[in-house]
Amino acid sequence: MATTYFTSDHEWLRVEGGIATVGITDYAQEQLGDLVFVELPETGKKLAKGDTAVVVESVKAASDVYAPVDGEITEANGTLSSDPSLVNSAATGAGWLWKMRLADESQLAGLMDEAAYKAHIA
Amino acid sequence: MTGDDSKHLPLEDIHAAAGARFGAFAGWSMPLTYPAGVMKEHLHTREHAGLFDISHMKLFEVSGPGAIALLNRACPLDAGALEISQSKLSFFLNEAGGILDDLIVTRLGDTRFMVVANAGNAVADEKHLRELAANFDVKVEPLERVFLAIQGPEAWAALSRAGIETGSLLFMHGVEPRKDWFMSRSGYTGEDGFEIGLPEADARALVAKLLEDERVLWIGLAARDSLRLEAGLCLHGQDITPETDPAAAALMWAIPKDIRASGAFIGADALRDAVERGPAQKRVGLKPEGRQPVRAGAALFDADGNPAGHVTSGGFGPSAGHPVAMGYVAASLAKPGTRVFADVRGTKIPVDISSLPFTPHRYRKG
Repeated sequence: MATTYFTSDHEWLRVEGGIATVGITDYAQEQLGDLVFVELPETGKKLAKGDTAVVVESVKAASDVYAPVDGEITEANGTLSSDPSLVNSAATGAGWLWKMRLADESQLAGLMDEAAYKAHIA
Repeated sequence: MTGDDSKHLPLEDIHAAAGARFGAFAGWSMPLTYPAGVMKEHLHTREHAGLFDISHMKLFEVSGPGAIALLNRACPLDAGALEISQSKLSFFLNEAGGILDDLIVTRLGDTRFMVVANAGNAVADEKHLRELAANFDVKVEPLERVFLAIQGPEAWAALSRAGIETGSLLFMHGVEPRKDWFMSRSGYTGEDGFEIGLPEADARALVAKLLEDERVLWIGLAARDSLRLEAGLCLHGQDITPETDPAAAALMWAIPKDIRASGAFIGADALRDAVERGPAQKRVGLKPEGRQPVRAGAALFDADGNPAGHVTSGGFGPSAGHPVAMGYVAASLAKPGTRVFADVRGTKIPVDISSLPFTPHRYRKG
């Protein structure tokens, strides 16, 4: 059973079997506006919490998306190379950004659940 | 977001009600986007009619027997050669020929002109004009107006439906259709369109009428920027600054030939020297390869890795369908088709020098 976590930087993580699928929230995509490019990470790249994992580019600006926890990239969402607008239309689904193997699952304890995140953006 | 010291648009309540997202620009709290979003707003303007609140820009009326002489001193312009209702792009230059601001000057009468200045430079422009005006028999009057732009192929039809006929007005001409109104056929999108300065009460009535028309949509500053960039138009403070002269900025077309040769405008000597030497760098269009935008501030390199210039504006062109940018490169690299490389977060992105505009201008010239 997958568990979904949220960060104060407006990312979501769906964790199952030690692998987290990471994306940005609907709130975040709305703030960014129409995305035109997503710079994806290479598989195998090791990230520490707070490192830039992905750069999302809207018409107007580039924004970093940070690794919410330590881990290693196992997959990037290649579909976004041809259709970055998926992040706008399906931020929490087909618009996921990357998957990573968690280095330390205890870091998840510091993240929010959906109710806490909703309160955070309210 | 914006600090408390930001200036607020007179129609801010209308923008807030329309769902605008505000941000700071040139000291103003400005609508950046509306719920449609920058992409739809941009495309809507090219296909139908976009309505912009550009009241952050400043209108100055310059009038009196010395008006022509003042403008000929302040700008590389032959103000007396303008026909009544004719508009012209011009500049305030410093003594070094650097661009203090770019302006549109329209002749309203024999000795009466309208000068439209950029928001960020309005205070400095007014001071500059007033200091110069002390030497001439002329009055410089900043006007309190709401300033709207309506841009796009259906702009004229939407205005007509709202009771404003624009029939005989051609591109780069301006008139005073009603008391305290100034309307010119111009804009900053590359499309046919109009800019209208008018009192706030009239503006509220006009906006209400225009928005009844489904062809008309509010457009924010984000799309204004992508539209002007696709159209190859400069943003002062980015693409042109007090450190760039009109020769480097590839804007000499705005200066009449005889004025280049013999005009007594501020900066004339320096500009003549710059033209004679030939600019070291030139403003060019830049087309990045692929989908990744190349943004303002990115350094440019030639094929051997030598510094070649920098990007001054960059983003994605929704109508062009690819990233678009503008910048300065060494004059030897300025020919369209020349390949340079932009440094984006450590990666070198191939960028081709491109002719401007990226999307063809569709002005109503006659």
